[in-house]
Amino acid sequence: MRLRPNLLIGGTLLGFVFVVAATALVWTPYDPVRTNLRRRLVPPSSDYWLGTDEFGRDVASRLMEGAVTSLTVAASTVLVALALGMAIGLAGGFLRGWTDRILGAINDTLLAFPGILLALGLLAVLGPSRWGIVLALGLAYAPSVARVVRGTVLSIREREFVEASRALGNSEAYTLLRHVLPHTAAPVTVLATSLFGWVILSESALSFLGLGVPPPAATWGNMLASARPFMQDAPILSIAPGVMIATCLLGVNLLGDALRDLLDPRDRA
Amino acid sequence: MTPVLEVDRLSIAAGGRRVVDSLSFRIAPGEALALVGESGSGKSATARAVIGLLPPGLAPDGGVIRFEGAPLEANSAALRKLRGPGIGMVFQEPMTSLNPAHRIGAQMEEGLALHTRLNRAERRNACIAMLERVGITDAPRRLEAYPHEFSGGMRQRIMLASVMLLRPRLLIADEPTTALDSLTQAEVMDLMAGLAREQGTALLLITHDLGLVARYADRALVMQHGRVVEEGPAAPLLDNPREAYTRALVDALPRRGPARAVPPAPPLIEARNLSVTYPKRGALFRRAEMFQAVDNVSLAIHPGEVVALVGGSGSGKTTLGRAMLHLVPVSGGQLLFRGTDVTARTGPALLDFRLACQIVFQDPYSSLDPRMRVRDIVAEPLRLPGGMPMEERHRRAEALLEEVGLGGLGTRFPHALSGGQRQRVAIARALVRDPAFVVADEAVSALDATVRKQVLGLLREQQRRRGFACLFVTHDLGVVEEIADRIVVMQHGRIVEEGPRDAVLDTPRHDYTRALLAAALRRPGTAA
Amino acid sequence: MLAYVLKRLLVALPTLLLVAASVFFLMRLIPGDPATVILGDAATPEAVADLRLAYGLDRPVLVQFALWIERALAGDLGRSITSGEAVGPLILARFQVTAAIVFASVGIAVLLAVPLGMLAAWKQNSWGDVAAVAAATFLLSIPSFWLGLIFLLVFGLWLGWVPVVGYVTFAEDFWGALHYIALPVVTLALIETGVLIRMARASTVEVLRLDYIAHARAKGVPEWRVLARHAFPNAFAPTLTLIGLIMGSLLGGIAVIETVFTLPGLGRLLVEAIFARDYPVIQGVMLFIAVIYVVVNLIVDLLYPVFDPRVTAG
Repeated sequence: MRLRPNLLIGGTLLGFVFVVAATALVWTPYDPVRTNLRRRLVPPSSDYWLGTDEFGRDVASRLMEGAVTSLTVAASTVLVALALGMAIGLAGGFLRGWTDRILGAINDTLLAFPGILLALGLLAVLGPSRWGIVLALGLAYAPSVARVVRGTVLSIREREFVEASRALGNSEAYTLLRHVLPHTAAPVTVLATSLFGWVILSESALSFLGLGVPPPAATWGNMLASARPFMQDAPILSIAPGVMIATCLLGVNLLGDALRDLLDPRDRA
Repeated sequence: MTPVLEVDRLSIAAGGRRVVDSLSFRIAPGEALALVGESGSGKSATARAVIGLLPPGLAPDGGVIRFEGAPLEANSAALRKLRGPGIGMVFQEPMTSLNPAHRIGAQMEEGLALHTRLNRAERRNACIAMLERVGITDAPRRLEAYPHEFSGGMRQRIMLASVMLLRPRLLIADEPTTALDSLTQAEVMDLMAGLAREQGTALLLITHDLGLVARYADRALVMQHGRVVEEGPAAPLLDNPREAYTRALVDALPRRGPARAVPPAPPLIEARNLSVTYPKRGALFRRAEMFQAVDNVSLAIHPGEVVALVGGSGSGKTTLGRAMLHLVPVSGGQLLFRGTDVTARTGPALLDFRLACQIVFQDPYSSLDPRMRVRDIVAEPLRLPGGMPMEERHRRAEALLEEVGLGGLGTRFPHALSGGQRQRVAIARALVRDPAFVVADEAVSALDATVRKQVLGLLREQQRRRGFACLFVTHDLGVVEEIADRIVVMQHGRIVEEGPRDAVLDTPRHDYTRALLAAALRRPGTAA
Repeated sequence: MLAYVLKRLLVALPTLLLVAASVFFLMRLIPGDPATVILGDAATPEAVADLRLAYGLDRPVLVQFALWIERALAGDLGRSITSGEAVGPLILARFQVTAAIVFASVGIAVLLAVPLGMLAAWKQNSWGDVAAVAAATFLLSIPSFWLGLIFLLVFGLWLGWVPVVGYVTFAEDFWGALHYIALPVVTLALIETGVLIRMARASTVEVLRLDYIAHARAKGVPEWRVLARHAFPNAFAPTLTLIGLIMGSLLGGIAVIETVFTLPGLGRLLVEAIFARDYPVIQGVMLFIAVIYVVVNLIVDLLYPVFDPRVTAG
């Protein structure tokens, strides 16, 4: 029943962020990284919609640029996590036996680290950079994907239609590809949506700490970090990037709920 | 005399649709009334409405329910006080009707604490006495156990005990034994009827099974689409149904078919001293114990023969059926197909065997891949050994679907079909390659009586026409009367009796067979 | 039951060992001589030689790992490159701050969210339920560090109710310390409340559909008791698992909130160490947090049978 508003509101919010990012690719009101020290901390006006920051850079332009950064980092990270996680999960679920046990033990160990802690540790080794973030967060979240994929494969292969496929004379490989693999699509899609949100949040947190995408490139997280000393004089600097992150996360969460309702219909006949 | 329960023009709506439409009936004190109907008849909704526990989505839509003359108001404090000592209810699913978080004793005692002034010790004694009454040994210790430590049949006894402990004047039993195998079913039903008689409790029995009605109800009310079709004393109603629907239900009860002579031939498939063992769920430090599911069993099935493999849950019948299809690893013995040993074959070497031997599973909801269209499901076996073009496969699949009564439904997905239709799809998939041997594993157990009749009919018709050999695995002796040439009875992983159908049904030699026969719900008058 | 406890403890041991191994080998991924990495660039050749001997750096890597474990078990996690302090005591001192925030916020969130989520499920699809779910979804979509900043702006700068910078320990000044951790705790509690309300509601909705709830009602059990006694333990069990996971993500992500409120906690220590390339501290903090996380989840697993006795059977 609540599926429609979820889809509608979530889609609108996330759609807005995507449109902002797409626009930023071709046009921003000002150059997001050009400083202008004579126009520092200007309040919002018709010239500078959201004012300027401590270096005189246009906040609106930087927010738009930040949308591009966040979305590309999140999308690349999700792809890395999915590729790694699917490979590990499918190998474990399909091959079973010792392969599964060893992969499972490694996976459980990685899951024993809170994701962001693992990312922090990896960043300590890799050093802060855009692709460092993608790799660190991708590695940190891959075990969750692996667990979901493996769990789905193991539960689906116990179902009777898989046994039926074997009884028909289909080979093990065909059975797994035709009857088991397609069933991982729905849970993986739902998980990928959540992952997208987690990564946006983690990336902005890491950037806030100064360990994410390094300046002068704009991200919502590092904008928040540098806004802190000017909280009193220019509160818009602290408010605007957070609103963007929250908009994005709310959109992702609502869409995730809607997807879950759509893809896992409760079969209660 | 005031009836215990009087339902007066009760209607129940789901959304805009009426699932129960102006239903009226009465139950006298101590009387047993059966509400009979198939899925969707509104019988369960009626039962829930009486005790004021309609599930979300259903709402009363007019009518009055009177208990001992006084109208019941939904959500009233008065109704809540009546629940338990006035009206008790036993649910269908023993696995979910006891709270997994609490001990048996605490759950049984709760009702007593709410509705009586007994003290702790008295409540405990009452619980122990009642547990013993329902046949649970070592009752004082069992009070401390959790529900998951009991089997389904035991849980249903405990459920019954906790309800009857409050000596209700009306007991509502909603499909109380549908989830149990036939032996356990008979035990639980006998217990329920006995307790109701002792306590003078009126019984409202909700069931889809006319066999139960004949044995346990004084009066029956047949429902279809939320309305009463026919009502009257149980025995005459079953013997002489007036309405067509009732007649269809009665006809759906199993009836013995004519005996056939299967022409003698060498066995098609043969198990020789076959054993299957499973590791029991392992304890921490000990080596996992092995559980002998099938114990040194020999069974030969001849071309064109229908063999029924009968036994209760845990008898090993399902495992033997799987083992004869080479679907579970065997731990000893041989499997011979057309005289050749196929026990050790794997992969491509097994393909000939796979193509000739097929299976129809019990649960049509899980045996069809939900992401494939019906036509593709049926066509899939034609993929092997290859060479047949896609159009040809689809054409054959459509033709067979037509033959099993599903013409034009080929592009649907399984979830858009009813249970009976899905089972037809499963049968079509098993038959599309014209197999020599088919295992039907409880293939009709999950279906409503009239649907079961039709599906069974389809299976028999196809068997007669195509002449495949069939191993029909079931817990219900009643079902096999229709279709079997030979009956094999299994208990504890071994064959305890085996012989031609009529011989086994009419002159059973083994006690276990006799018990199964006594529990089988068969057409009144045809019981042995 | 005893078998279950033993089994869980036994399973936790290899996990802990693997966790330690991954922390150890992660640090070995850093390019350069481990001795220089551990002592910093300014180390004298004598100090490097001593360390090589003590840590067995000339011996096989597995021996080095064993030696490291041995010292870690004795509480010796090395010395900070920047301050020269022993890492073990440093972590313990900083952990007090972190523990106070994490446990207080999770405690508040559980007390708030579980009853709310259960009530929402009980009144499923009422406007109150819809409002609760909407509010929860909104809350969990707000980044904690941003909410913290806004709170600082409103309650610290504009209203002046709480100090904006600084910290005193509970031992020094109990009420003062409460002042300092109030905002971070409220910030985290609000966000975790969002997560937990949804979880508690979802699992209660599942449970309320089951026959044993209808059975309890059919016995005449009053509604409050149906919820408290029959639905709660079964609905709470999955929520309990989530609480363990939340503790972990809080411990891992605590650095951000400590940065916002300038609290001298474990997360801040880790981030500062990463900036300073103070590897013994990084290694020590990561090991410590991961061990705490494993222990918290172990406790959750051991508590689980209290709410769902079925798990002890497997």
